[in-house]
Amino acid sequence: MALPKYTPLHYRIWHYSYLTICGLVFLFLVAPLFVILPLSFNAEPFLHFSDKMLALDPEAFSLRWYKEMIFGTKNPWGLAAKNSFIIAIFATIGSTILGTLAAIGLSSRYMPYKAAFMALLISPMIVPLIISGTAIFFFMAKVGLAATHTGIVLSHIILGTPFVVITVTATLSGFDHSVTKAAASLGSNPVNTFMKITLPLIMPGVISGALFAFVTSFDEVVVVLFLAGLENTTIPIQMWVGLREQISPTILAVATCLIILSTLILVTAELLRRRSERLRGIKRN
Amino acid sequence: MSTKIILSSDGIPLEQSLKKSERKNKIRALLLVAPLFLFILIIYVFPLGDMLFRSVDNRMITEMLPNTFSALEKWDAKELPSEEIYEAFYNDFYPLAKAKKSGKLFQRLNYEKSGFSSGLKKTNKLILDFKKENYKEQFMNTHEIWRSLDYWIAIKNTSPKWTYVKYLKGIDLTLDQQKKIVQVEDEKSIHVTLWLRTLKVAFWVTVSCFLLSYPIAYLLSTIPMKYSNLLMICVLLPFWTSLLVRTSSWMILLQQEGPINNLIVWLGLAADDNRPELMHNMIGTFITMSQILLPFMVLPLYSVMKTIPPSLMRAGKSLGGTPLISFVKIYFPLTIPGIGAGCLLVFILAIGYYITPALVGGASGSLISNMIAYHMKSSLDWAFAAALGTMLLVAVLTIYWIYHKLVGIDNIKLG
Repeated sequence: MALPKYTPLHYRIWHYSYLTICGLVFLFLVAPLFVILPLSFNAEPFLHFSDKMLALDPEAFSLRWYKEMIFGTKNPWGLAAKNSFIIAIFATIGSTILGTLAAIGLSSRYMPYKAAFMALLISPMIVPLIISGTAIFFFMAKVGLAATHTGIVLSHIILGTPFVVITVTATLSGFDHSVTKAAASLGSNPVNTFMKITLPLIMPGVISGALFAFVTSFDEVVVVLFLAGLENTTIPIQMWVGLREQISPTILAVATCLIILSTLILVTAELLRRRSERLRGIKRN
Repeated sequence: MSTKIILSSDGIPLEQSLKKSERKNKIRALLLVAPLFLFILIIYVFPLGDMLFRSVDNRMITEMLPNTFSALEKWDAKELPSEEIYEAFYNDFYPLAKAKKSGKLFQRLNYEKSGFSSGLKKTNKLILDFKKENYKEQFMNTHEIWRSLDYWIAIKNTSPKWTYVKYLKGIDLTLDQQKKIVQVEDEKSIHVTLWLRTLKVAFWVTVSCFLLSYPIAYLLSTIPMKYSNLLMICVLLPFWTSLLVRTSSWMILLQQEGPINNLIVWLGLAADDNRPELMHNMIGTFITMSQILLPFMVLPLYSVMKTIPPSLMRAGKSLGGTPLISFVKIYFPLTIPGIGAGCLLVFILAIGYYITPALVGGASGSLISNMIAYHMKSSLDWAFAAALGTMLLVAVLTIYWIYHKLVGIDNIKLG
């Protein structure tokens, strides 16, 4: 952002201070995540930077906490990771199917009371988790699904669908409906049209919705806190327990792994978004 | 009428045929939405309704003490009840004590007035040996609660099948002996403070998110694509990262020996032995929530700013406006939809925050959600938790409705 040579001085000062402010805000957004990385390699069981670490002494760094995370005795992370993935995968499948179908219905010109339905279907995203957790807990306890994977998966489907509905509806807003009409006029039945024409075109939206649903479930702690028994513990629950009692560097090792996972998901989602824009012929700028 | 009815190829009037096909399309759309709609109705809306029901439902106790309540109806609450009422209570309580089913009653009455639990436990043991006469005297000899007018009034106050008393408790009110609404004692009135604190934190978090995100959203929407894509990742990475990871990084940053405190000491703003408390209070809650909710403000602002053509500002300047005037009169009003969307979203999310205040807030930085969790997990006064939850839900749904009217639900954007 070079300024032209004729820029007056006061504007120059203003411009650079503006950029500095922006830089600081970006730092505020991202820097906290990067505090975790070096500390997770700390050779000592402390949560602050030792003088040796600041001097970049190789002895101050180790993989100790990663070993502890994987091989440690009595450690809950293995079971937690297994549960987290199982729950998140099933919840993602459920949310994606239900959410995509609903989004297609909602995007139809003929759908009555569109806004009201949309408001209801999105509400789990808006209602505070503590309220959803309380209400779902009473319900699951009543039907005997408390402390089961099924109960947690069902509640995570609820929490994940709004994201799928939003992303798929957004993709469908630029959808050219004449292609499905063309398919129908060529003799294709609705199911075939959907599988061969509509679905491939809205796929980027569906996948990014699915990623949102996955992350929502994988990261969700409040509802699980109410519903989970000892057998259903998940990574967020273990982190919550650890953070409440005493932060050990093992938690930072887990956190680092989670940051890497979220970076991968972010990159995938970003690539998909661009592909979707290309497919729909939307040009930015 | 001389208009000729237009027929479609199979001889049916076109209008009718069109209506039929429209109805078919309508049904198809409804059928597609139906599975999710029913799912949400059964597993979400119904439980929320059940929660509301639970907060006013008082039938558990009225079913346990039917005789007592019918006897208490005529009692004027001026002096200790008569022999008949004690007898009625004996008739209700004796079978419960004998069948060892009185536990729920202790708990329930103890929410009403503390002291019931110990008194009833003792009564529970001794009632089995009661003689079938002089009930009043025997009860009064068992425990002091039976010699006190206040405890009988507390029992009488639980007599309606449906009660809104939990809602009164949620705003530090209670019913007195004459069933008038009064303020609770000062040491017990914590809820109004908590509601106000929740609103205050949500408000200031929204303000700080707005102030922080406006400049960067503007930057993102005006710089060339290749830079903005890179910077956008800085906004999206925290957005995608686990909430607990972000909270734990703040716990490290804000701790006594943490980097931020080190910086403060190094800059000479505080003495080394007098490091400021940044965590376990409101400051911690405020800073952490601002960072966590910032992306929810940046994204709607960015998507609105993206649609404002830069030529408008140039036009303003060429017509003689200073940059400041062109900004205030042209650019800022155009971004108001984005500001509205972002602020409402952040406020809604902030008002119900639980995890972050619980971890970095401590006692003075905890919000209303933490109180709900406390009653759900520790005190087990579920009816009160449900009442607080319903009150919070009403607040959130009101803002959601405003959001819906002002912004439109379908305008929520994610990245």
